[in-house]
Amino acid sequence: MEFIQNFFQIPAESLHSITVFILACFVGYYVVWKVTPALHAPLMSVTNAISSVIIIGAIFAASGSISLNSKIFGFLAVLFASINIFGGFMVTHRMLKMFQKK
Amino acid sequence: MVNLLYLIAAICFILALKGLSSASSSRSGNLFGIFGMILACCAAFMSTSNIGLVLLAMAIGGGVGIFIAQKVSMTQLPEMVAGFHSLVGLAALLIDFSACFSPQLFGICDVSGHIFVSSLFEIGLGGAIGAITFTGSVIAFMKLRGIYKGRSVTFAFNFTLLALIILSILGFVFTENNLYFIIASVLSLIFGITFIVPIGGADMPVVVSMLNSYSGWAASGIGFTLHNDLLIITGALVGASGAILSYIMCKGMNRSLFEVLFSTGASVSATGGNKGQDRSYKKGAPEDAAFLLKNASSVIIVPGYGMATSQAQHSLKEMADILKKEGVSVKYAIHPVAGRMPGHMNVLLAEANVPYEDVFELDEINNDFASCDVALVVGANDVTNPAAKNDPTSSIYGMPILEVSKAKTVLFLKRSMNAGYAGVDNELFYAPNTMLLLGDAKKTTEAIIKVL
Repeated sequence: MEFIQNFFQIPAESLHSITVFILACFVGYYVVWKVTPALHAPLMSVTNAISSVIIIGAIFAASGSISLNSKIFGFLAVLFASINIFGGFMVTHRMLKMFQKK
Repeated sequence: MVNLLYLIAAICFILALKGLSSASSSRSGNLFGIFGMILACCAAFMSTSNIGLVLLAMAIGGGVGIFIAQKVSMTQLPEMVAGFHSLVGLAALLIDFSACFSPQLFGICDVSGHIFVSSLFEIGLGGAIGAITFTGSVIAFMKLRGIYKGRSVTFAFNFTLLALIILSILGFVFTENNLYFIIASVLSLIFGITFIVPIGGADMPVVVSMLNSYSGWAASGIGFTLHNDLLIITGALVGASGAILSYIMCKGMNRSLFEVLFSTGASVSATGGNKGQDRSYKKGAPEDAAFLLKNASSVIIVPGYGMATSQAQHSLKEMADILKKEGVSVKYAIHPVAGRMPGHMNVLLAEANVPYEDVFELDEINNDFASCDVALVVGANDVTNPAAKNDPTSSIYGMPILEVSKAKTVLFLKRSMNAGYAGVDNELFYAPNTMLLLGDAKKTTEAIIKVL
């Protein structure tokens, strides 16, 4: 019983996260509808790059972990996220250059 | 200080997306994105020590990323994007595992090492989304590369799998036993595969944008786990972006997301099939096409995935330049689902230096076909098929199409007489005002240029 009570009492920290999340969804909604259809491909590649900001979590895991497997997981996560960050921004840059030269 | 940097980074990411509202502001938008990412990484470095290992991983990953981004051709863009989505999912899953094994590192447990209930839930859900994004994108990548064709999976199987995933996440939340999390992850990895496998090839643009959306939700999930606002905001932006693109793609095909996901409708290679193979059609030579194009006063080019595979965009542009010199007006019409990802055709035309102002979206140009002399369809099929308007039994019925049949003459550059990606025969091939030029689109275009 106590457990169920704990479950439904959403901690203040989680409530804060939910607030931020919902507001950000609204911002995303309005900003993305403004994107011109011609640039939908670069939109995909740039969102790809920025979603790899989860590298922050990976950095914590790789640098601070006490347990070895957490460290390995973190290391690999940093590696994969970096592929995405560098690759995503780079290919977006390549595409946008094509749209601008003339 | 660290949180302030995160806030600035979040604003930069919003500006990066906002920059894409016009071609002129887009490059500065991308720079904002890069700047935001640098700030975010610096902020993370400030709150950790011992970053040697991290820098090593970043150097390796960065090198690989830049290599891929420079090598990839614009035709292969959809596969590359799908591949990158899978990496976001995989990274998110790995971070969740690491949070699960050393919770004290992320400050999500009490002094005795018990993870908070809300955090258990966030890890479980986030891990599942990450795992689905990972394997789903791998399958999408393989389908786009043509390595894997796909087969049918019953709805009941996926439903059972989903129920089991939810049960094991709940098991994890209630028992705090890592074993349940591992089970949930493995099941989610399987679900990612069985979820994407049955989706038809013509629905690929929807799948790619949907996985884009998932990679965002996975990032948000990590943000919830770590109580990091930047990750939550960024994930929500990306998630919203992918969701909107999926919506636009679905609308472009007049299908609901439900129909795409549970592959009702287009899964059968149905109506028509090959029944038209022995019907007569008018075959033309490059000379005939050149003659028609030269004597036209207005030409509309309709590119499709066939243009991408044969890399015909450069010779098309060359041909358009010659025609323009002759005083012919040349425009391009782009259907929202032409190609294999949103905006694919626009990038290919931009690559060939086609001026931005010559390229039109479906709504802008559809009325112009009636007054145009030649509609030149290059490697597109389903997006021009009148069956979408006239034949209620067709699997693509109701899809908005480019009304090329209203043009005085329709020229089709096609590889062969096979049906389109959706497996539907096109009445237009047999119409009296249609001429077909079979063969590789690029070679045909070059032949036309020679005659011109």
